[in-house]
Amino acid sequence: MANKVIVEININGDPVELLCEPRQSLLEVLRDVLELTGSKEGCLTGDCGACTVVIDGRPVCSCLMLGVEAAGKNVATVEGLASGMSLHVLQQKFLEHASLQCGICTPGVLMSAKALLDRNPNPTEAEIRYALAGNLCRCTGYDKIVRAVTDAAAALAGRTHPAHGTVPSETASGMAGEMLAKGEAK
Amino acid sequence: MAASSSNGFRVIGTRPIRHDGVDKVTGRAKYGADYAFPGMLHGKVLRSPHPHANIKSIKIDKALALPGVKAIVTSADLPALPDKMEAAGEQAINLNHLSMNILARGKALYDGHPIAAVAATSPHIADEALRLIEVEYELLPPVMTVEDAMKPGATILLPSLRNKEDGPDKETNVAAHLQFKRGDVAEGFKQADYVIEREFKTAMVHQGYIEPHNAVGIYNADGHATIYCSTQGSFVVRALSAAVLGIAEGKIKVVPAEIGGGFGGKTTIYLEPLSVLLSQKTGHPVKLTMTRAEVLRATGPTSGSTIRCKMGATKDGKLVAAQCWLAYEAGAFPGSPVGAGAMTIVAPYNIPNILVDAYDVVVNRPKTAAYRAPGASNAAMASETVLDELAEKCGIDPLEMRLMNGSEEGTPQTVGPPFKRIGFKETVEAIKNSPHYKSKLTGANRGRGVASGFWFNVGLQSSATVNIHTDGTVSVVIGSVDIGGTRAAQAMIAAEVLGVDINDVRPTIADTDSIGHTDVTGGSRTCFATGWAVYEAAQDCVRQLKERAAKLWEKKPDEVVFENGMLSPAQPGGELKPMSIKQIASRLARTGGPIVGRATVNARGVGPAFATVCVDVEVDPDTGKTQILRATIAQDAGKAIHPSYVEGQMQGGMAQGLGWGLNEEYFYDDRGILRNTGLLDYRMPTCLDLPAIETAIVEVPTPGHPLGIRGVGEVSIVPPPAALANAIYHAVGVRMTELPMSPPRLLKAILKKRAAGEAQAAAAD
Ligand code: FES
Ligand code: FES
Repeated sequence: MANKVIVEININGDPVELLCEPRQSLLEVLRDVLELTGSKEGCLTGDCGACTVVIDGRPVCSCLMLGVEAAGKNVATVEGLASGMSLHVLQQKFLEHASLQCGICTPGVLMSAKALLDRNPNPTEAEIRYALAGNLCRCTGYDKIVRAVTDAAAALAGRTHPAHGTVPSETASGMAGEMLAKGEAK
Repeated sequence: MAASSSNGFRVIGTRPIRHDGVDKVTGRAKYGADYAFPGMLHGKVLRSPHPHANIKSIKIDKALALPGVKAIVTSADLPALPDKMEAAGEQAINLNHLSMNILARGKALYDGHPIAAVAATSPHIADEALRLIEVEYELLPPVMTVEDAMKPGATILLPSLRNKEDGPDKETNVAAHLQFKRGDVAEGFKQADYVIEREFKTAMVHQGYIEPHNAVGIYNADGHATIYCSTQGSFVVRALSAAVLGIAEGKIKVVPAEIGGGFGGKTTIYLEPLSVLLSQKTGHPVKLTMTRAEVLRATGPTSGSTIRCKMGATKDGKLVAAQCWLAYEAGAFPGSPVGAGAMTIVAPYNIPNILVDAYDVVVNRPKTAAYRAPGASNAAMASETVLDELAEKCGIDPLEMRLMNGSEEGTPQTVGPPFKRIGFKETVEAIKNSPHYKSKLTGANRGRGVASGFWFNVGLQSSATVNIHTDGTVSVVIGSVDIGGTRAAQAMIAAEVLGVDINDVRPTIADTDSIGHTDVTGGSRTCFATGWAVYEAAQDCVRQLKERAAKLWEKKPDEVVFENGMLSPAQPGGELKPMSIKQIASRLARTGGPIVGRATVNARGVGPAFATVCVDVEVDPDTGKTQILRATIAQDAGKAIHPSYVEGQMQGGMAQGLGWGLNEEYFYDDRGILRNTGLLDYRMPTCLDLPAIETAIVEVPTPGHPLGIRGVGEVSIVPPPAALANAIYHAVGVRMTELPMSPPRLLKAILKKRAAGEAQAAAAD
């Protein structure tokens, strides 16, 4: 039996002290120790991106990192993306553009997209596709995901979005959240 | 929401935000693997490392002695079941084969075949225990291809397997031979000016859902069990698990979790009975989840196939005859979708003379499961590329060729009655008129290809209840799991009928104890059949609402009209004021109590689905890599309830078809071991591999359906591989007959063509 160790991680803005086995991945620690099951497991080999979290500003496959390695780091998960009752603009745009079907890839895609927009607020379509290439989605063919991220970037910059024309304006207004995720300590 | 569409509907055709959306973008939605219960144990499955072997012995003592290990089960813990087709719930199935796929009995039949399952206090301990189980195998030669399996004297997988043709005494790997016939093909080919005949091979591919299979089983001391799992069909899980475990169906409750993709692959059982069995042995809840390698090795991919396709046309482009031969890998147990392949292969066309032979063949690969329009993409790869060659020979535009020969209302189907009103030609027209097809494609090594596809869709059974609450809001309860927008579409149908705001309708997916029987979310049936049930259940509410208003107004129900959510007296005037649902809802207690609308359907009159696609590619002639430049799909949806999710089905299926065409394949080595068990090597399209997928929704209503809905979930995957093959031909001049058209395969074909060209040039010198 592996001896458990105490690890301190800053998760979504809050310091968390937890007990885990050295062999447990960060994904396992999030899901099984902390019950933060928003991060998903699709492969455990770094190939699908469903487990993506943002660590100190960079998207990371949490299945490829041990929980103990996250000690002292700032980890942002999908659970921290909205602030209070305000969805993050990416979450809102994903809903408006119907960018999820089954939704299993969505938490990881959102976190990769957030990391992208935080470092590049005005990405081209090619840059979006490049940034999301580590996140497999088997349902959507990616088109509506790319549109949502494009639109979210435009909304963040205060631009009106290019004419996607698919969303009744009343549902599109009113809910767009703040861009700040609590866990992003820079 | 004020949105309204211009199609005569108020809600249908708009794009509201799905009701389960916030849960799914915030990480709150609970998928099967997210469930945890106090005292829960973790299960793991020991799998055969050999594709074909007799199991001589299984020793579990050492593993059981490992601290933390609570139970180990093998097929000895499951009842032996009859080796014949039997009814299990709603389907006929060979229960012995089903059981042997859950835990191997006597023989391991594929790399990854489950041998034993362990429950322990942690998944890591369960993993350690697997390594301590000792299994003695006697290796047998693996049979990996349909050609090898069909050879006289081939090694036999299932000693009891027989087929009608060869009789009761002959051991065989051919589970079935089907034949479909119309006219006289020999005569037909005589009329042809051009005949093309090609042989195709397509690789076994996987659905590739991102969420691995999972199940939590809880067996109670009172003999009742509950299963939490991600499935496309909770009632299927209940029926099949009950059969495998020898438990009465009514003693199992299945609670469907959110599901992370299925595409047909989650319409059967793998871990579910094991979770119950291990729970029964230990008295604890037991959770099992698969790794990605387990998903690829041991859940149902779809068949690889060998197909010969011969078609003939007159020089003015009229198709006169088609003869096809299809053999599909069933995997370790019978049941490939070859029948569907045979019935779809030339279905889009009106051809007077047809002969199709189809063979279902067992091989040492995992038992195949449904995958989006099962069997049809393989078949279309053959027929749609042969058709492209014929069009070229005739000097006719490939879309014109399809319009000239296309099936329409009254055209006989390959089997069964003639088509009712269908939208095939409309999809071809939609591509013809698309900005994509009208654009010019220029540049070296670039080509454009088109192809079409057909899929049946199914109806089957669904149940729905619609409740009117005291505040006038509405809840819709269904048994169809939501795999990509079902809740939204069902709520929209109820909102349309009841004339209420879409946000006043809450859809719920119930467990198997809380709703009537409902078949799988699959076969493109959910919007069609469950939508029909919801429509009727909402109409049932309308009927009751009218009765209540009549009571309040002291009139007869037929003296009340219901329109746009308002009840009013049929004769206007007088002091009776129209009443909204909200107004009457608060007075239900005084008019006879709550209103619950109910309906069940066994849906008939399914409308078949057609799609036509266009792709532009650029091929790198030095590497064989194909880049997709542009892609468009036109599909008949009958009536699009939520157009965004219809587009999503079209785009998603197209993306899978493009992956099937270019990259995806099961790679077995010569010992029959699967070598690409991860998503790096089982290469599905990423965001970077695909262009934006343009869509054109065609709406030719299904006759007989109250809303004209046609299933939209599957046909989008049928044409893409063939369209890619046609585009590659027009780019670099090679006709590809093997899937996937991966860089090594395509490069080989390009080099062969180049060598042939050089040889010809040398001979001419
Ligand atoms: S689960 Fe981490 S990348 Fe797939
Ligand atoms: S929405 Fe299902 S995998 Fe992306």
